[in-house]
Amino acid sequence: MTKFSAIFAVVISLFLPVVAAADDMRMAVTTSFHNSGLADVLLPEIKKDLGLDVHLLVVGTGQALRLGRAGDVDAILVHSRKAEEEFVEKGFGTHRREIMYNDFVVIGPSADPAGVGGAKSAAAAFQKIAAAKTAFASRGDDSGTHRKERSLWNAAGLDDAGLDTGWYRASGSGMGATLNMASALNAYVFADRASWLNFGNKGELALLFAGDPVLFNQYAYIQVSPTRHPHVKKEQAAKLEEWLAGERAQQLIGGSEIAGETLFTPNAQPR
Amino acid sequence: MVEAEALFPVVLDDVSVYRKQTRVLGPLNIRFEQTGCTVLMGPNGAGKTTFLRLLHGLVRPREGKVVWALPPEQTYARQSFVFQTPIVMRRTVQDNIAYPLIVRGAGKRQGRQQADEWIDRVGLAHVAHKDAGVISGGERQKLALARALITAPDVLFLDEPSTNLDGASTRDIEALIQAVVRDGTRVFLATHDLGQARRLADNILFIHHGAILEHAECDAFFDHPATPEARSFLRGDILL
Amino acid sequence: MDSLLAGLWAAIELVVTLDPDLVEITLRSLQVTVTAVVIAAFIGLPLGAWLTLTRFRLRRVTVAVLNALMGLPPVVVGLVLYVLLSRAGPFGVLDLLFTPTAMVIAQIVIVTPIVASLCHQATRELWFLYHDLLISMNTTKWQRIRTLLWDGRRALLTAVLTGFGRAIGEVGAIMIVGGNIDHVTRVLTTAIALEVGKGDFALALGLGLVLIALAVLINLAIHSLSRTEKEGTW
Repeated sequence: MTKFSAIFAVVISLFLPVVAAADDMRMAVTTSFHNSGLADVLLPEIKKDLGLDVHLLVVGTGQALRLGRAGDVDAILVHSRKAEEEFVEKGFGTHRREIMYNDFVVIGPSADPAGVGGAKSAAAAFQKIAAAKTAFASRGDDSGTHRKERSLWNAAGLDDAGLDTGWYRASGSGMGATLNMASALNAYVFADRASWLNFGNKGELALLFAGDPVLFNQYAYIQVSPTRHPHVKKEQAAKLEEWLAGERAQQLIGGSEIAGETLFTPNAQPR
Repeated sequence: MVEAEALFPVVLDDVSVYRKQTRVLGPLNIRFEQTGCTVLMGPNGAGKTTFLRLLHGLVRPREGKVVWALPPEQTYARQSFVFQTPIVMRRTVQDNIAYPLIVRGAGKRQGRQQADEWIDRVGLAHVAHKDAGVISGGERQKLALARALITAPDVLFLDEPSTNLDGASTRDIEALIQAVVRDGTRVFLATHDLGQARRLADNILFIHHGAILEHAECDAFFDHPATPEARSFLRGDILL
Repeated sequence: MDSLLAGLWAAIELVVTLDPDLVEITLRSLQVTVTAVVIAAFIGLPLGAWLTLTRFRLRRVTVAVLNALMGLPPVVVGLVLYVLLSRAGPFGVLDLLFTPTAMVIAQIVIVTPIVASLCHQATRELWFLYHDLLISMNTTKWQRIRTLLWDGRRALLTAVLTGFGRAIGEVGAIMIVGGNIDHVTRVLTTAIALEVGKGDFALALGLGLVLIALAVLINLAIHSLSRTEKEGTW
């Protein structure tokens, strides 16, 4: 029996309570934001300046909005303007505050069989891919990136729902998984720059097209409405908004780089 | 054994046991009194085991009733049953024997102490702390007997307790049975070993095809069997 | 092969340097899974033995359902729990979503049917053996349950360790209800999923190897502590 008490003691010792942080809040962010590594820069600074532990839930934009709607997080940081405006309009969020933007890029096999590299616009690039019927890996998960991709197919005069699944593959998962799929299939893929730069399994893939203003990707911060969900931590969420839009954070955002490339352009307006 | 008086007589009134549509035992009309050792005899398949299980409440009659002098909840707790193939629990010999006491609310220490007394009495001291699964057939039989007796039962049922045992083990077990009968425990024992029956029985119940053919004093049965079936059984003929 | 070697190397590096993040998520993995398995054992073992001992009309159906639940898809468990624990759900006020407690609950739901079903199978064989003896001794149902559980402890330990193996490697459910929050609900499996997402296969494999080593160590430790592998011991 003593052996069992010994095991039991070990088990109990595992339950050492996680020391509750004095102040914390939850924020749902998109995979692309997290993959950029910007969180690793900002979170320690937030802790230092505000004494606030921000717990990040890394999900797609669609799920982030759903978490906010259910009141399971205190704030969201996403990039899908239409959906954000609808979210605020329906009273799930207090207001939308633009923080920064980065851009989307078209990735593909370095040989570029569809000739995307020479395209004049993002829409033209998508037309070339469709015409060449070369493999294309789509998120297919209703995320901000996926919504953007769909709008580009439409801009190219194509119905995104009617694309031939012989070459159009929807992974139904996150950016990383979709990039992995593209790497394995040597396929074209639409991604945010941060995820691409941080991706460790590039294989034969290369960045082929970028720079069309339509590809700019605005991130906005939204506090979850305390009217609808009285339990949300509104003071903390408000403090975080001011900090993100503040001078120091904006500088940090503008200064963060991966492989020598700037990822984000801060563009928060003072109130 | 003062309270034991109250358990008897046990009366079987037109009792029949069926398996599916076949009557395997009965109709039985019999009554047993307090004292002695009753040996159930009969060829294989006669219904001896079923009879013992019926008395102990492990088998329910479809017709009739087995009525002990006390209500069932007081009756069966004061009985012990040793099965033909000893049921050995996955514990040490000592813990096997202590088990019935533990079940009755004794502490572990007290149970083991009393078990040790019985371990000495049945001669299992050399295997007391071994796992019961590794001991021999004879030792298993002794274990089962010790486990049955540790609760000082008023009634002891033994289903062919010395099948497959060598002479020495059989003698040990018979000596033990004689001792508990002397101490006032009512014993029902099934066997088809004629010698064993003669050594242990006060009276004999001869069963054939599920029916009681004879119920007689031991000597009377062996010297003057009343039925032709009993006569040929005693001669060692095959009964059909 | 290259990535496997790189994974091995990453694992060695993580372990040798006692990487603080690795230590933290490993301890959290253990904390969540051990808690869940202990609770699941307290529910599942008596339940399995009880099912062995009790005859009721829907017993067969219950056993069949239990066996089917052994293959319960974790993602579904996670999703259902998410809906229940969400602020908008019936248990939202408890504020359990995205906490280790929610992960423990998810794993209990996944592990309990495994433990109960394997326990049912093990105790059924034992009950076949003990049936006459325990009935003859006028034991209560609770005593029978305890006896079957104690005497079947070797097989039951295997059942519990099976549950442990399933839980420690589970990712679908705890990802949904835990949220994989750094320093709060990140465990080995969700960290692996994260690294795969980043395309960092070496680190993912390294964490995977740590996970496997951990599972093996726990199994060995428990078996040696309980001496179940000793010859002639039940």
